[in-house]
Parts: sequence; C-alpha cells; structure tokens
Amino acid sequence: MNSATTTATLLHTAPSGHAWRKFKSRAMSGLMLLSNIAVMTPLFLVLYFLIHEGASSIDWHFFTQLPKPTGEVGGGMANAIVGSLILLGMAACLGVPMGVLGGIYLAEYGTERANYWIRYAADVLNGIPSIVWGMVVYILLVVPFKTFSAYAGGVALGLMMIPLVMRTTEEMLLLVPQGYREAALALGIPRWKIVIVIVVRTAMKGIITGVLVALARVAGETAPLLFTALGNNFWNRNLGEPIAALPLQIFSYAISPYDDWHRQAWAGALVLLGIILSLNIFVRIISRDRKFT
Amino acid sequence: MNAMAEPVSIPPPAPPVTANFAVPAAPTVPGEGIGEVAFDIRNFSLWYSAHQALHEISIQIPSKKVTAIIGPSGCGKSTFLRALNRMHELSPGVRIGGDLRLYGEDLYSAKVDATLVRRRVGMVFQKSNPFPTMTIEENVLCGLRLNGVNDRKLLRDRLEESLRMSALWDEVKDHLYRPGTSLSGGQQQRLCIARAIAVRPEVLLLDEPCSALDPIATAKVEELIHELKKDYTIVIVTHNMQQAARVSDRTAFFYMGKLIEYAETRAIFMNPSNPQTEAYVSGRFG
Repeated sequence: MNSATTTATLLHTAPSGHAWRKFKSRAMSGLMLLSNIAVMTPLFLVLYFLIHEGASSIDWHFFTQLPKPTGEVGGGMANAIVGSLILLGMAACLGVPMGVLGGIYLAEYGTERANYWIRYAADVLNGIPSIVWGMVVYILLVVPFKTFSAYAGGVALGLMMIPLVMRTTEEMLLLVPQGYREAALALGIPRWKIVIVIVVRTAMKGIITGVLVALARVAGETAPLLFTALGNNFWNRNLGEPIAALPLQIFSYAISPYDDWHRQAWAGALVLLGIILSLNIFVRIISRDRKFT
Repeated sequence: MNAMAEPVSIPPPAPPVTANFAVPAAPTVPGEGIGEVAFDIRNFSLWYSAHQALHEISIQIPSKKVTAIIGPSGCGKSTFLRALNRMHELSPGVRIGGDLRLYGEDLYSAKVDATLVRRRVGMVFQKSNPFPTMTIEENVLCGLRLNGVNDRKLLRDRLEESLRMSALWDEVKDHLYRPGTSLSGGQQQRLCIARAIAVRPEVLLLDEPCSALDPIATAKVEELIHELKKDYTIVIVTHNMQQAARVSDRTAFFYMGKLIEYAETRAIFMNPSNPQTEAYVSGRFG
C-alpha cells in the first residue's frame, strides 16, 4: 500500500524542467510536420500544373490520332501511348524473369560470399544514370544492326528493371517465415518445389508489387530511349524500327516552338502521370493485406 | 543457455550412465532391451561450427512408443530432435559424428537423400505453421501432391483419414476449402499434425507442439498423441515436465548437450538414478 502511494505521488508531480521538455517535444513535432508539408507541396504543385495545363488538351483525338504534321493544329499521341505500352511489355519480358530468378537465387540458394557481390552489383546498377543504359544499349544493339528499334528501347528499359525487381523479390522472399520452409522440408518435399510452390507463392503479392513499382519507375524514363527507341511520328509496323514513346513525344513537343505542341506535351505528361499513378494505386490495393501469419 | 547462466548449484556431472554397466566388448546403449527399436543411435555428436551442441549421445528409441526429451533451454534437445530427420542441415556450418540408424538403416550414409529421410520422419513444430496460401484441404494433402500423388480417390481418403486421426475432422469437414490460417491456434496445430501424418511417415517428431496452446487445446493434442502411438513412433521435446509425464512411455533427460539419464518415464520422475535428473524433475533448476 505504502509503496503504491509513493509511486502515485512520483507520477503525479511534474519533475523539474517539465515545461521545457514539453516545449522541446512540441517544437520537434512541429518541425517534422513542416518537413512533411515541404515534401507534399511539390507533389501537389506538379499535379496542379499538369491538370491545369494538360486537362483542357485531352480529348478523344488525343488518344486515337497520330501527331499532325508541323503547322497543322490538332492530332494526338495514340502511337506514343501504344508505343510506351509495347516498350513496357518488352521490358517486362526481359526484366521480370531475370529479376525474379535472380531474387530467388539470392534469397534461397546463394552463398553468403556470392550474395554479397551480387547485391553490391545490383545496388550499383540501380544507381547508374539512366542515360548510361541508353548508351550501353546503343553500342550493343543499335550500332551493330544500324537502326534504332523498339527492341533496343525495350532492352534498355528491361535492363534497368532487372536490379530493381531482383532486390524487391529477394526482400519479399526473405520475409517468408523460415517455419514454412521447414514444415515443407519435413514433409519430404524437394527443395525446388518448396521454393516455387510454398515460398514464392507465399510472397507472390510482394513480388508483383515489386514488378509493378519497377514498371512504374521505367515507364517515365526518357533518356534510355533517346538513343534506342528514338521516337516515331507514325505507327510502328515492325519492332525492328524506331517506335514512339510518351516520354520521347513529350520531350520533343516540349522543346518545339509551337504553342499547340506545348499544350499536347502537357497533355502527354498528364497521361503519363496517370499511367504511373494508376500502377502505384494498383500496387497499394494488392499489397494492402499482405501478411504471412 | 539459461541454465548455464543461473547461479543455482548444480551437482557435478555424473559419469555417463554407460559407465555403470561398462562391458568392454559391447558397451551397453541406454535403452537396450526395450523391444523393437526405431532409432539406434551410437556416439552421436553435433557441432555448430566450433561449438559442440551434442556430446556422444547413445540412445535407443523404441518403436510405436512415445519418447519424451526433457531438459533446460539450450541443452540440445531440439538439436537432437532435428538431427533425427536431418533438419539441422539447413543451418550452415553443422558437422556430425557417430552413428544414427532408423530400423537399421544409416540415415547419414552418403547414399541416403535427406528428402527421403524426411518422408519417413515427419515433424511438427512449436509454432503452428499451416501454409498461408493454402486451404485446409490443400494443407493436409500438399505433402502427397508435391511428392507426385495424383490419385483422386487416394487423396480424398487420405484427407479424411488424416483429419480424423488428428481429431479435427468433425470441426472442419464442412469448410475444407477455407484457408488453413482461418482456424484457431489449437486447430492449426492439429492441422499441422494432420499434414505431417498424411504422408504416412514412420516417425513423428514433435518439437514443443503445445507451448503456444492453451490448456484445452493442449489436452486435445495430448489425447491425440496417445491415439497416434498405435501407428507411429513419436519423439516429443517438451519444456513441460507434467506433459512429459502424462504422454510419454520413456523419458530422456538432456543437460548441456549430454544425455544424462534415459529410462521409463515413471522411473525418471519417481525414482531418478542421477542427482542432476532428480534436481531438474523436482524443479530445483532449469
């Protein structure tokens, strides 16, 4: 009884310097709120300007028509939208299998020593400026075949995806509790089946999330496409030839001297942002109930 | 590990039990003469890198009986259990020495595939771990399906049999296609037992199967263990000495990586021959 009262008195009398401590706590909270606002403001400014400038130029024609020749008003970016989707598809064909398999190796099979170097390499690759990827693919695919091509653009984006997908896949697989692997081993199931049917399946949502985030990341890349996909004002009939892409089209319209093209560049930017935003929202939806226990 | 840090005075280590009956030509193995033997283990040692976790364990585990392994934390009892189906091979830097046979077959022979050992020696873990992506039905049958069994009739029969044996059938028969993780903790642990017995192993290893369960669920699992020993050799690691006394036929007491005493459960608890065992079962340390 006695000790209880002492504790109560201790808790109920403010220690010396209490007001100062409270002030410091408030001040820090305030600072953190301010930095959050500082982060959010540019996002809303970008959204505001894009919608303000671009929304008025988005109409049905924008999604269905080819760009008009210089001087004519109107036209759209249908070829660039489709071109971007084709490039993303090709990038996924290269980046997803290699990235996922690499991630599985890192999480399930690699030795500590090998993993150290692979992770290190992947992190360095993630930090390489995207224009360097464009140059590398230019040397590897454009120069030997003497033409810019959709293939080259897809490869450039796909190569960028590999380290991104690899690292997220690895992280997601490592999140799968060891207990499931052990339980499966104790059933006498071969290791490779356990990896595919138990571990990868358990981490599937996380892996898909990683793939979509990587796609969203490369969807907006312009630099690696400059020397590879090049851009095209018409429909691409052959993937061995140059192909239009939204970021490229935005780039060339934005630096042009025509007001109508400027408007279209805004509209293109808005559409591109819409694509990336919807990928991200999709990611949020599928990763919302990701848990393993 | 805990036990080592505790300042309780522990009687000095007794000479190994084998020494009491030392016959130079054929050393007696603890447990010898207990009827049909499942595991025949001689001088089995195990190291994690430089640390020796098991010291020259010699023990015979009887067939179709329940053998409990007790001892303070860090005494090597889980390590020993995992050695019985080569589960410890997942940890890097593990080395073993000695001889470990199941019904006469050397489980560590270079010719024996660890996967096949684990098909014969199933395991249930401390934390229930039904696969989260699978339904109740898929959980029970995944050991068969992933080992290439496709016969629908056999799978259907095995599903019901396994769930009945694990005393879960009546509770889940109307929702076999719900996720395994939708069950309660105790039901999940029985589901894990059903999953382990669905592949019809010869031995079932239970690694503290009730430590995360409430008393009612524990009672159900213990009842189940009684049922299962008709068909399976069971080795159970437990922290709970009352549980060992309730469910097991024989009990082995491990301390600091050594087998201190191994006898009929009644003898271990009522009349232990080793002072360390006596101190542990009477609750004076551990």
